Amino acid sequence: MPSQPSEHEVRVLSRRFGLPNSASIDTYLANDGYRALEKALKEMTPDSILEELKVSNLRGRGGAGFPTGMKWSFVPRQSPKPKYIVCNADESEPGTCKDRLLMEYDPHQLIEGILIAGIVVGSHQGYIYVRGEYRYLIDILDRALEEAYARGYLGKNILGSGFDFDLYTHTGAGAYECGEESALLESLEGKRGIPRIRPPFPAVAGLYASPTVLNNVETFSSVPPIIVNGGKWYAELGTPRNGGTRLFVLSGHVKRPGVYELPMGTPLRKLIYDVGGGIIGDKKLKAVIPGGSSTPVLTADAIDTPLDFDSVAKAGSMLGSGAVIVMHEDTCIVRAALRIMQFYAHESCGWCIPCREGTNWLKKTLTRFHSGGGREEDIGLIEDLAKNMLGRTFCPLGDAAAMPTIAFVQKFRNEFEMHLAGQPCPFEKHGQLVGA
Amino acid sequence: MLSAEEKAELDRELQQYPARQSACIDAMKIVQRHRRWLSDEALRDIGEYLGMSVADLDGVATFYNLLFRKPVGRHVVMICDSVTCWIMGYEKLRDTLMNRLGVSLGETTSDDRFTVLPIVCLGNCDKAPTLMVDRDTYGNVSPETVEEILARYK
Repeated sequence: MPSQPSEHEVRVLSRRFGLPNSASIDTYLANDGYRALEKALKEMTPDSILEELKVSNLRGRGGAGFPTGMKWSFVPRQSPKPKYIVCNADESEPGTCKDRLLMEYDPHQLIEGILIAGIVVGSHQGYIYVRGEYRYLIDILDRALEEAYARGYLGKNILGSGFDFDLYTHTGAGAYECGEESALLESLEGKRGIPRIRPPFPAVAGLYASPTVLNNVETFSSVPPIIVNGGKWYAELGTPRNGGTRLFVLSGHVKRPGVYELPMGTPLRKLIYDVGGGIIGDKKLKAVIPGGSSTPVLTADAIDTPLDFDSVAKAGSMLGSGAVIVMHEDTCIVRAALRIMQFYAHESCGWCIPCREGTNWLKKTLTRFHSGGGREEDIGLIEDLAKNMLGRTFCPLGDAAAMPTIAFVQKFRNEFEMHLAGQPCPFEKHGQLVGA
Repeated sequence: MLSAEEKAELDRELQQYPARQSACIDAMKIVQRHRRWLSDEALRDIGEYLGMSVADLDGVATFYNLLFRKPVGRHVVMICDSVTCWIMGYEKLRDTLMNRLGVSLGETTSDDRFTVLPIVCLGNCDKAPTLMVDRDTYGNVSPETVEEILARYK
């Protein structure tokens, strides 16, 4: 089920979520569905679509926040090679589960966004790469694709325009690394999901070495409302340079966890206390991870940070995937850092040494530290190791592991000191298991 | 040799790619569904059909969390141990599950009914803690409700 709607939401992408049979093409068509496609085919040109996207200030919702219009404009439209549209539905960053709802409750909005990308770059084939764990979504998407083919929104000569487009689902088999764009392409080609060196970027040489547009589910899903209502309308929903709304995933120690669509720039306080109902047990807030587990932790005093790419960066972190993970006063920060590092150590693809060795070394050091064997110099070692991973790997997974670790040490040094030699974890006695 | 059924399922997947290798994850999932896990023989069968070496297939199979290169039970329980589920009670749930089934993570029950594996974030974080049994995801799982969930899998 989608989350109970909150009065604070501005529902653009999620506005059909509560409707009966929201995933069906009939519900979609009865609620503005495929109007953007018609407009794009009949009233617009690739250039005018790109212009609307640029005006909208839509920035990629996968994590990096790259302007979508600009990304699409990098594709060499005149290239004689086939061009591909690939949708990254490999949502795997811990804390993140928003794309899941977009696919479950409004798959046609996603299909329409992908089609519009196809029109812009002159592509006739696309894939939705869905993580293997989202098995039931494949069935929902396949049903939606069938409906779209049956009604002439996919296939040959779409809406009599002469434009052809085929779209398929492709399933992964469980690997965080495949959420990284070049690793995803490797995986889609039937290989181990290891990253490629760039340049060339996928816009020039992506899937099967052909020009490829690759975006996240939420990014593609944002395109139809922009085309229908205009880029200016969308931009004004957000803050300067951060257009529109975004699906925030609120999880951890909050009373009403869920996926909520809010304007970019919504203050963190509003999300946690007004939308999320505050902290479980009315405990004190200790820390917030603002954009998925790879983003640096914020302390409780950053509670008034507006949630847009630029403001969160100014606060020393990243908006990332919009996954806000809340931890209250009883949470052991060393343990949280360890838990996150266990994830990255397991999911490192092993291709680059700083990531493969660094994550495992950090995991061992943090494990020792938490279990009472920590030494004063280990605090510096942890920070130093993490800093030496930054920027030294093919793909951002190394940074994703290092950045939160550095922030945990720098912002919660006192908690690391509380664990020094021989002292048991001071938080274990409180019991971590609030939700169980 | 792939069975006729396996071939038919794989042929459907092959239609959507310009290169046969692109279907190798699908192929392994299909074969795993029929044979439970991917033995060396299974990889040879797939390799023959797709024109890939067993070494390449093994490289792919060992990369992904949901492809099993060792025997598993009739049902695989995967329990999420990533940060949000940990915050919301993963450890208690894990311990309940292991006590109930009498196995440790990575082991299979003596009646071959369940294999319990740790898994990274399942993308169900607003409903933590979460686990997956075979192809089904369950959210807000408590030590009390886990019993009901297990009862659905014979």
